[in-house]
Amino acid sequence: MIEKPKIGVYICHCGINISSTVDVETVEEYALKLPNVEVARTYSYMCSDPGQALIKEDIKEHDLNRIIVASCSPRMHEPTFRKAIQEAGLNPYFLEMANIREQCSWVHQDMEEATAKAKKLITASVAKVRLLEALESTEVDAEPAALVIGAGIAGIQAALDIADAGFKTYLVEKTPSVGGRMAQLDKTFPPLDCSACILTPKMVDCASHPNIELLSYSEVEEINGYIGNFDVKVRKKARYVDFDKCTGCGDCATECRVADRFPSEFDEGMGKRSAIYLPFPQAVPAKYTIDPEHCLYLKRGKCGKGPKCQEVCGAGAINFEQEDEFVEFKVGAIIVAPGFDPFDPSRKPEYGYDDYPNVITGMEMERLVSASGPTGGKVLINNGEEEIEPKEVAFIKCVGSRDESVGNEYCSRVCCMYTAKQAHLIREKLPDAKIRIYYMDVRAFGKGYEEFYDRVRRENVRYIRGNPSEIFKRGNKLVVKVEDTLNSRPLEDEVDMVVLGVGLEPRAEMRQVMDLLRLSQSGDRFFLEAHPKLRPVDTATDGVYLAGCCQGPKDIPDTVAQAKGAASSAMIPLARGKVTIDAQVAEVNEATCRGCGFCVEICPYSAIEMVTVNRFGHEIEVARVNEALCKGCGSCSAACLSDSIQPKSFRDRQILPQIAALGVMK
Amino acid sequence: MSANYEPNIVAFLCNWCSYAGADLAGTSRVQYPSNVQIIRVMCTGRVNPLYVVNALQQGADGVLVSGCHPGDCHYMEGNYFARRRLGMLKDLLEFVGVDSRRFHMSWVSASEGHKWKEVVEKTVEDAREAGPFEGFRRRQIDW
Repeated sequence: MIEKPKIGVYICHCGINISSTVDVETVEEYALKLPNVEVARTYSYMCSDPGQALIKEDIKEHDLNRIIVASCSPRMHEPTFRKAIQEAGLNPYFLEMANIREQCSWVHQDMEEATAKAKKLITASVAKVRLLEALESTEVDAEPAALVIGAGIAGIQAALDIADAGFKTYLVEKTPSVGGRMAQLDKTFPPLDCSACILTPKMVDCASHPNIELLSYSEVEEINGYIGNFDVKVRKKARYVDFDKCTGCGDCATECRVADRFPSEFDEGMGKRSAIYLPFPQAVPAKYTIDPEHCLYLKRGKCGKGPKCQEVCGAGAINFEQEDEFVEFKVGAIIVAPGFDPFDPSRKPEYGYDDYPNVITGMEMERLVSASGPTGGKVLINNGEEEIEPKEVAFIKCVGSRDESVGNEYCSRVCCMYTAKQAHLIREKLPDAKIRIYYMDVRAFGKGYEEFYDRVRRENVRYIRGNPSEIFKRGNKLVVKVEDTLNSRPLEDEVDMVVLGVGLEPRAEMRQVMDLLRLSQSGDRFFLEAHPKLRPVDTATDGVYLAGCCQGPKDIPDTVAQAKGAASSAMIPLARGKVTIDAQVAEVNEATCRGCGFCVEICPYSAIEMVTVNRFGHEIEVARVNEALCKGCGSCSAACLSDSIQPKSFRDRQILPQIAALGVMK
Repeated sequence: MSANYEPNIVAFLCNWCSYAGADLAGTSRVQYPSNVQIIRVMCTGRVNPLYVVNALQQGADGVLVSGCHPGDCHYMEGNYFARRRLGMLKDLLEFVGVDSRRFHMSWVSASEGHKWKEVVEKTVEDAREAGPFEGFRRRQIDW
């Protein structure tokens, strides 16, 4: 027997967020007149303890069996109130929320209009809540392992934390070595730690950790499943070098017939590498890789009388027959840490990056000042004849950041500090150089940052407030054309070298990761977190977490902090060993299912299968849902010709009354 | 049609993109007309074309269906199904004489609060121009 619905309607003031535009008292009076409504109340903060207690007491006292909370978005507090009514002994799915804040009081100023809309939304909720069914969520085992995509500092830190906690961790890195962007940096801003010195121990740790399986030079091809049970397929690209045999001696690279011919990615194209290479000396794993784009033998099938590398390799590690391998494994949680791309200054042609060799990016400057860089740490420019030390160096900040013309309205957060740091490093190397920094604003927000900025200014580095409009050549000099906006004076400063403080952009390959994991982007094109304040490492996909610059520009301390946050979030399902499967899945009415199989074809998760059942002595086929695989999207339902398959809580018989309620209430 | 006629619009929004986009419009305090009533579904793929017809029968003057951008569906391909089904429905509605300004589909992501405002304004404006809908015989469900 279906029990008679007894509904309680709880209207939240949300301080004055709702009550300043919605006349909550009128709505309360109105709600009391709606069918089956037993109780209607308003309260200043329904989500607070006393607010929840109010609901719980009413459930007991008035024997309520359906609850409507008219407050903020269900995306905000549905879990809160589900838990509350469950504590009062009600099925948690006997709840409907009317979104009268985000979709009413905050978007309408007219009190009359907003109140009328709030009434409508509550009416529609009443229409639906009466017909909701009791649901039980189920639990399934979670695989105690994690996948980390990207092995920059974010991925390394996250992987180390999870592995240290005792869980198997697969760390997948696209390039031949772990380390990412941080490995390219010379010093880190305050306190001027050598980047490699603090990073390399972690790189080594993650390669040797018993719980970490490092898959370098590999890419994730496929991810299926859900939190606790992701099936992952990884492509291990062919290195053409036997991983176990290679000793990392490097004879192959020296002897390569095209040795030191190709721009080194690690040195931002300023240094050269061979076709067989180690990205940088401290690379982890220290195993050589043949670049199939440039290797003569792989490209043309011929390399002199025979490949030199093969000839000199004492370990016999070179193997041109090697093919891509696939590895498959299961994990319970995934951390996404693909990092960032530096802004490509070719998109701001007025700065002449493509035309003048002495206009370089901040990333190139990192390699130039680095002792392991292409110049051995000397800051040099080419004056057309020889390599000399520059006498005047200019930095331009906010290149590709805070700039609507290139589509990046955001601040990249690191450029203020890295230009200051580089100015300091140049001052150390060239004590007499004239150093100018052109800036819009200086944002030295972190711990010790303002102090560092002050120190750099005292080191005779001139900060000039103005955004240069153009860089052009006059004789041997580069001219920075700018208006000093503090003095309202146009300037044409002649310098020898310009460093563009390029900003951070989402990686070009982000799309691949998005498609693999169904992630969304925010307006700035970085990955969208589940909540900007309270869930900064979570995503809309349960079991998938974000770390590092893929979520927005970050400096190293923030990246490490976020990576640790992501690791601890990812460990929740792993440590618990179980995950709760949402109960709002589809269900088939086998009595009416005609066995056409449309739903089977349409289901993106292959969650529906045809089974044979005995119907009055006849064997017939009907559809059946695998509840662990079903995500409850309901696409099957709209395709069903006999309305036999229905997502729970979003059944036709629950939505149609909602439509009716909104329609009749003109 | 009276000068102060306000159309009644029912909107079906997917939970992951458009509903979140509408929430963001709220968080950003973007202001838009109050004529649109939102019904949350998990995916636009859930929207049975009959819901649209049903809404028009029940007294809506316009219907809006909004989901994730093509290719961004949280459920991989639900919005593709919606695009096909509802595209056909739009033709059918036109064929049976329903003003095409009464039915809209849009793609609004979770970060497009401002786009949501534009979509609402356009939907309301179109429905207002089309006037009160009296094309279908009312089949009111006594809920």
